[in-house]
Amino acid sequence: MFRLVKRSEISRKKSIVIRLLAILLAFTAAGILLLTLDLNPLEVYASMIKGAFGSAYRVREVVIKTVPLVITSLGIAIAFKMLFWNIGADGQILMGAFAASYVALNYGDLPRFLLLLLMFVAGALGGGLWALIPGFFRAQWRTNETIITLMMNYVALKWITYLQYGPWKDPQAMGFPKIPNFTANAVLPKLFGVHVGWLIMLLLIVIIHVFLNHTKKGYEIAVLGESENTALYAGMNVKNTIVSAIFLSGALCGIAGMIEASAVSNTLSVEVSGGVGYTAIITTWLGALKPLVILLVSLLFAALLQGGSFIQTAHGIPESTALLLQGMILFFVLGSEFFIRYRVILRKE
Amino acid sequence: MTVSFLAAAVVAGTPLLFATLGEIITEKAGNLNLGVEGMMLMGAVSGFYVGVTTNQPLLALAAAFLAGAGGALIFAVLTISLRANQVVSGLALTIFGTGFSGFIGQKLIGQVVPNNLKAFFKPFPFPLLNRIPILGEVLFSQDMFVYLGYAAAIVIGVYLYKTRLGMNLRAVGENPAAADAAGINITLNKYLHVLLGGALCGLGGAYLSLVYVPAWQENVIAGRGWIAVALVIFAAWNPYKAVIGAFLFGGLDIIGFRIQGTGFPVSLYFVDMLPYLATIVILVITSMKKSRENVPPKGLGVSYFREER
Repeated sequence: MFRLVKRSEISRKKSIVIRLLAILLAFTAAGILLLTLDLNPLEVYASMIKGAFGSAYRVREVVIKTVPLVITSLGIAIAFKMLFWNIGADGQILMGAFAASYVALNYGDLPRFLLLLLMFVAGALGGGLWALIPGFFRAQWRTNETIITLMMNYVALKWITYLQYGPWKDPQAMGFPKIPNFTANAVLPKLFGVHVGWLIMLLLIVIIHVFLNHTKKGYEIAVLGESENTALYAGMNVKNTIVSAIFLSGALCGIAGMIEASAVSNTLSVEVSGGVGYTAIITTWLGALKPLVILLVSLLFAALLQGGSFIQTAHGIPESTALLLQGMILFFVLGSEFFIRYRVILRKE
Repeated sequence: MTVSFLAAAVVAGTPLLFATLGEIITEKAGNLNLGVEGMMLMGAVSGFYVGVTTNQPLLALAAAFLAGAGGALIFAVLTISLRANQVVSGLALTIFGTGFSGFIGQKLIGQVVPNNLKAFFKPFPFPLLNRIPILGEVLFSQDMFVYLGYAAAIVIGVYLYKTRLGMNLRAVGENPAAADAAGINITLNKYLHVLLGGALCGLGGAYLSLVYVPAWQENVIAGRGWIAVALVIFAAWNPYKAVIGAFLFGGLDIIGFRIQGTGFPVSLYFVDMLPYLATIVILVITSMKKSRENVPPKGLGVSYFREER
């Protein structure tokens, strides 16, 4: 009937076209789902676009949602490049936010710049050390990191819940379980209407791009991802590379947590990660582990999230529609990669 | 007190048992499906929706079974036919399943399982076996779902270790190239077992929404799918050991309520961490002692492509 031939090379243009077609197909498939609910998919998509870009305020909201998504994706990309399946980004975000909040709540009177710098370092350490635990086990005993990183998300979540309902509860909140707000000095300043996190994001994109493509460590990570035996044969210190790369991966997620706690919620809460750690897994993969592509994909997904919460109020469609759509986009793009790697040739009888 | 605790642990462990058995079959075919959480959610919401709207317990079970298999079908097409990365495809399935259950479940929030279904899933003493002292009360005074779980474990055990088809399946998971050369249909074998595995996960999810809770709650699975993936490693891909693992974790799941009753001075939030911490500890310990029986099927996680041998 037909046979498959591995493509030797594919033009960049062609592979981009295939991926875009996949995304289009995903929207079509989701549209059929919306039709079954007696909703006009074109109307829904149009109002999603309106919800994401319809006003200056909404565009700012999209940027605010893009920032943690990109920074977390950068962290995940480092791990994935090494074939270390870090799906614990959510927990690393929470622990980064926790460490930064510890600084903010206890040393809130420090000068602004110093305080923010300390929070930044604390956030990176919090996320990095949390990721170091599964990284150490993987390097030492090849323990399955997928499940451990995920289990640690739940542990981190329970830990923050404990703090929020217990020792860190704001005594002035009339019994409402919330952690006190940060002092003004602990809140990231704004630049062009959006908190300065977007500038940090752009800087990190450049830094990680250079790190992955133009440094020795970045090269070692790539080799390790391709083949551990090659890495060993080349005389690399595999354990050291795993552990340091995972620390960096978690540190980036921790930085995202610090930014969210400081600039967006102005305090620590169980909602500080907002599921970013999971969405970032998709954006990382769709971004082909490349920092610049990750930025583009994250913008699309942030718009999808913002548009998703808009259609909930406008059409009464569940917010989880956005999640469903994300899953479908990922399915179709994963499937489309087959057509990037192989050519289908029909056999004539 | 202890007997009632153990009986409750069996109930709490039953969804884990179904999901673990499902994932064992899937992995035995060489496919690492990390979408267990997603398939459980799909089964939970579909079973609940059909149960509430039709009032027919068997239809509800069928819906959960099919929903789990449907989720697995997406995974199967992606990883078996299109050779996509198994880890990422499984994660995508979990994300999709979460969205799916939120989407369908939004109108169901707060709804309760109708009495007709509750009566159908009521515990009843298993003839003869319930007379065994202690064990009878713990294991054989349960609902039909629990008994179905025992049966599934035994059937899968016999199938894997005592039948020709089961041997074929193990060959597919261990060395697909050799199995292919021996004339076993690799694609068919993988599809069937991935689908069956997903269906079992769907049933496990439905147990939570239909019997355990029994009302619709968003994100009712709460990480149990992931614990099941870990339990597969704990059970060393053995369906009989899966029973022990599932009930052990069922116990950890409910220990919080019991401890609270005794006035033992520990925060509830730390007790809630127990199943997750225990999973981590178990995984680390099994990885530390590398025994021969603890190794996964050799072909696990690798797509098979005849032309690329």
